[in-house]
Amino acid sequence: MLERGRVANSWRRERWDSLRLLTPNWQTRLPGAHYAGPDPDGYMTRDDVVAFIDGYAAASRSPVRTGTEVTSVRTADGGYHVTTGDGVIACHTLVLASGACNLPSVPALREAVPASIEQLTPFDYRDPARLPDGGVLVVGASATGVQLAAEIHRSGRPVTLAVGEHVRLPRTYRGRDVLWWMDATGVWAQRHDEIDDLERARRLPSPQLTGGATLDLNTLAAAGVTLAGRLAAIRDGHALFSGGLRNVFALADLKMTRLLDAFDTWAQATGRDGEFAPPERYEPTAVPASSRLRLDLGSGEIGTIVWATGFRPDYRWLHVPVLDAKGLLRHDGGVVTASPGLYGLGLPVLRRRRSTYIHGIEDDAREVIGHLAAHLGL
Amino acid sequence: MTTTADNGVNVQALLEARDVLKGAPEAAQFTWRATSTWEAGVHSTTRIQNFFGLGQEQAHKTEAVFDADHPEVFAAADNGITPIEYLLVGLAGCLTAGIASVAQNRGIQLRSVRATVEGDHDIRGILGADPDVRNGFNDIRVTFTVDADASKEDIEALVAQSQKRSAVFDALTNPTNVAVEVA
Ligand SMILES: Cc1cc2nc3c(=O)[nH]c(=O)nc-3n(C[C@H](O)[C@H](O)[C@H](O)COP(=O)(O)OP(=O)(O)OC[C@H]3O[C@@H](n4cnc5c(N)ncnc54)[C@H](O)[C@@H]3O)c2cc1C
Repeated sequence: MLERGRVANSWRRERWDSLRLLTPNWQTRLPGAHYAGPDPDGYMTRDDVVAFIDGYAAASRSPVRTGTEVTSVRTADGGYHVTTGDGVIACHTLVLASGACNLPSVPALREAVPASIEQLTPFDYRDPARLPDGGVLVVGASATGVQLAAEIHRSGRPVTLAVGEHVRLPRTYRGRDVLWWMDATGVWAQRHDEIDDLERARRLPSPQLTGGATLDLNTLAAAGVTLAGRLAAIRDGHALFSGGLRNVFALADLKMTRLLDAFDTWAQATGRDGEFAPPERYEPTAVPASSRLRLDLGSGEIGTIVWATGFRPDYRWLHVPVLDAKGLLRHDGGVVTASPGLYGLGLPVLRRRRSTYIHGIEDDAREVIGHLAAHLGL
Repeated sequence: MTTTADNGVNVQALLEARDVLKGAPEAAQFTWRATSTWEAGVHSTTRIQNFFGLGQEQAHKTEAVFDADHPEVFAAADNGITPIEYLLVGLAGCLTAGIASVAQNRGIQLRSVRATVEGDHDIRGILGADPDVRNGFNDIRVTFTVDADASKEDIEALVAQSQKRSAVFDALTNPTNVAVEVA
């Protein structure tokens, strides 16, 4: 096992200070290890996650070679040559578990932002105190964007949040964590080969959740965050926002209600309806009387743009032709069929919906490594 | 400035309207309206006659009816132009009207004004084939050929000013709040 940094590197180096998992403690599991503390319904801090993974590496005596960066992978002799800082390793099989979120994805229009504006990605952002004075434009309203918008707003800076398509969820539903419902009703167990539009499922934005209370757009707007449409263009020093805000709200509200309907149907069908508080429905996302369409980036109104526009993997070291046009690994449930002996783990909806999350690895690893062992004739 | 040019635009009336509306912003609020009906397949007809402006209901002399459909390469019946092509109609019509008006105001006699309008459209967007491709036009190019009693620079200035004051140019280049509801 090669790791360029230390164990749990992504949690040590690529997360902001206040981050808590949006998955509850009871759900944060690794094969054979689960949360045993006093607060199963709480949410781990970044440091807790580091400690959890560190402890797991020690307890499982994983043979991790830390500080060893892979700089190149090529096919050779029916297998692979893996080049690292301390030499080349030849192997028959290779598992790419290098992560799905190695680099922040930032739209090309960042090039048009005037130099007077500081631009940050979630990898550069640590805490609001380090931001320049003045307003902040947060671009993207998925988990990262809503969390950073809320935190930056609390620091006293005026925040405008540019909202594109998003996934709205209440933190709890009928007295249970909404992720408990996803788990119990089998949403998260849905397999990659049962999902109609797998490509879409794999690029679904993260839900508007935080390790705490509900953090939807109504919450943010009530706190004073200004909601604007998707950032469509930057022209002549002005940011232009889509006028389609109402529709992205409507889509997210409809999808959330459909999901809650499915939870209720499940509760009825399984005879468990009585275990939960009565069904609830939430106010539609309120459309601002007039949504902001343009913002003069030269006016001093905002000093910072935070790009919460997602993440992507970094495979610049992978010299095997197994990436698609978008730079994502082509695989069938973690098996890279185009290159025998090559596998992927830790990617969104790899084999199930839960593969996107830490606790998805248990089933995925067992099945993918099962395939790998068969390939080796073990 | 000569006053002999006649492009058929009543600039005097427009200038007077501008002066009056400066002091009466309510009267300047117009609402344009269209009503459409689904015919069959992807064919619809849209009718336009009434609008609101100058503080009251107004009407065109006659009702105009527009068919929108899609071409046979879209496996459609081609009963009319594609909806997005109507944007080209609107842009060409608006910029041309602007050129005629500005030319009139500047005393430039026009002999002919022709425009070619092209919009580049990657249809993978509307087909949902690639989420990174937008649904609408990526680029629009307009080429004007203007024959007028004016220098090349003056004609370029006409074309520039017509964009500066064009409703459709603005609607295409700047975002607009759009509310779509089910009655
Ligand atoms: C902002 C954010 C919040 C998240 N919140 C949650 C959450 O609340 N709950 C949850 O379950 N999941 C969450 N996730 C998803 C979670 O990060 C993943 O499920 C999990 O971290 C995947 O672990 P991994 O080991 O596959 O990938 P990573 O954690 O990315 O680890 C990959 C490792 O590979 C190393 N590496 C990469 N390239 C090389 C190379 N060339 N050579 C050597 N080493 C290399 C990296 O240093 C890193 O340590 C979140 C993700 C992000 C980005």
